[in-house]
Amino acid sequence: MRKPFILRHPSVLWFLLALSLLTLGVTILSEGFGLGLISTSFVKTLGKTLCLCLIAVAMDVVWGYCGILSLGHFAFFGIGGYAIGMWLMYARTEQIVAASLSGGPLPPTPQEVTDAVGTQIFGVVGSSEIPLLWSFADSLALQLAMVVLVPGLLALVFGWLAFRSRVTGVYLSILTQAMTLALSLYLFQNDSGLRGNNGLSGLQNIPGYEAVPQSVVAIVFFWASALALGAGYVLFAWVVSGKMGGVIRAIRDNEARVRFLGYDVESYKLFVFTLTAIVAGIAGALYYPQAGIVNPAEIAPIASIYLAVWVAIGGRGRLYGAVIGAAFVSLLSSWFTGGGAPDVPLGFYTIQWTDWWLVLLGLSFVAVTLFFPKGIGGLFDRLVRNPR
Amino acid sequence: MNTLLEVSGVSVSFDGFKAINNLSIQIAERELRAVIGPNGAGKTTFMDIVTGKTRPDEGRVIWGEKSVSLLSMSESQIARAGIGRKFQKPTIFEDQSVRDNIAMALKNPRGPFDVLFFRERPADAARIDEIAGEIGLSGEMARPAGELSHGQKQWLEIGMLLAQDPRLLLVDEPAAGMTPAEREHTTDLLKRAAETRAVVVIEHDMEFVRRLNCKVTVLHEGSVLAEGSLDHVTKNQHVIDVYLGR
Repeated sequence: MRKPFILRHPSVLWFLLALSLLTLGVTILSEGFGLGLISTSFVKTLGKTLCLCLIAVAMDVVWGYCGILSLGHFAFFGIGGYAIGMWLMYARTEQIVAASLSGGPLPPTPQEVTDAVGTQIFGVVGSSEIPLLWSFADSLALQLAMVVLVPGLLALVFGWLAFRSRVTGVYLSILTQAMTLALSLYLFQNDSGLRGNNGLSGLQNIPGYEAVPQSVVAIVFFWASALALGAGYVLFAWVVSGKMGGVIRAIRDNEARVRFLGYDVESYKLFVFTLTAIVAGIAGALYYPQAGIVNPAEIAPIASIYLAVWVAIGGRGRLYGAVIGAAFVSLLSSWFTGGGAPDVPLGFYTIQWTDWWLVLLGLSFVAVTLFFPKGIGGLFDRLVRNPR
Repeated sequence: MNTLLEVSGVSVSFDGFKAINNLSIQIAERELRAVIGPNGAGKTTFMDIVTGKTRPDEGRVIWGEKSVSLLSMSESQIARAGIGRKFQKPTIFEDQSVRDNIAMALKNPRGPFDVLFFRERPADAARIDEIAGEIGLSGEMARPAGELSHGQKQWLEIGMLLAQDPRLLLVDEPAAGMTPAEREHTTDLLKRAAETRAVVVIEHDMEFVRRLNCKVTVLHEGSVLAEGSLDHVTKNQHVIDVYLGR
């Protein structure tokens, strides 16, 4: 009898254990449930980091295992954020509007409420009509379905067109960049129906739970993010193990040979691309309520390139490498750009890390690519396999 | 004997160069056939056309008793229809174990979801062991395929083809770079494979072809120059002129 999947892969167990300990530790130290030693905003930063780790794991599967260097996966992340953001914003605005209209002599008609919500949300882009895109915004269930369906369908259609034409390598990377750029440019327009460059804001307020303090909301989202990361990690570890993993890695190493073995390479790529896009969408839907705002700048091409950098620094082709890379680089990045690192006065010039961090990141990317092609995760491997 | 593969009147040119010129070849079921010819005669292009890698400009490629045309099928569909191919350079998946390489090639449903939920049955494991024994790699099953010697890699690839259980095996220069002992083993493998399926071998080495002891097709400038037993074709004056005489 075969052992269950988890037991055959002890690294998955170790990862889940580490994640549980982190969750427990943060909960105990948080303001919401514990000693109050770490601030609510830091809990949110950690929660967001877990979401970034989740999309990094997805990126590792599509790039590190299947060899598709997608530079557009942050588009799916952003779409997930927009999908949940629409409900958060609509439901909350509706409550506020209903409360303010209820002071009148007559109860407001549904039409009045809808008009007032439209004015509230779309006033900033000079409109008061609720666009067709928002037809389901009052339903949490439908918007949650969108979190999965929209990135999944977009990836399915895009991937089908690209893979069927046998677009590979750098050409595919450029195509995915074009996809995320086009989406971001579209969303920047005021008449896109998603509030142009204002994006969706106030997402940290959960409708129906106004009485719950943000310190508690933060920790609940942290739990949800940890749960999603754990589940996503197990899912992908299962996908890349066994025969499926063998075929996926074989496609990365020599896709022509895989075709002559009788495998339809395109449908495998499409499967991996779509599945990772869906997980990216879920990660985004958990990230943006913690960030509070989602706008088109989030899905600019550079975001997806960062994602590739995280995975490269963390170590391609090993899932924990992606997690390490995303956590390490994104936390370091917010430390540097958030003014955490002291400026370095050189007399004639002062190095301000908010500007120079990108240079540092770029240099480390080059250094990792040249000297440690297996990334930080590769160092782990060495420790585990050569315990001298 | 029944015809398994019928290539008729096929031509293909690359940038004006006619790589294949009105080529017609028939392969019968369970036939062992050697294809020889000088460099640039179109031997590898012939395999490319049959396996769907290259689309011919004209001609027909007909497969099996149902006489389906291979020209409208993709590489993977052709492979699933029962045509296996071994490349000149051994192409195996070096970072995967010998066993995983064979298991991937093993004849089983090929769709993504079939593979995702695939669980190996005892019959699969037995077949993998059997193939490993046949190619002499029983002791190397857990090793990464990249660690094998050149000859072992060639056998592993032949083993993967056997695992695919094709009705037609196309083998491109299997003995290139092998030691004499390895060549002998390879000859045996191919002869045994041809007992249950058709095998077409492209080869440069006359000695190797002689040991295969089968019908020979000589290609020259993209078409068939002569066909018959090795002794027959080597006496052919055209063949001597273009190939053997040099």
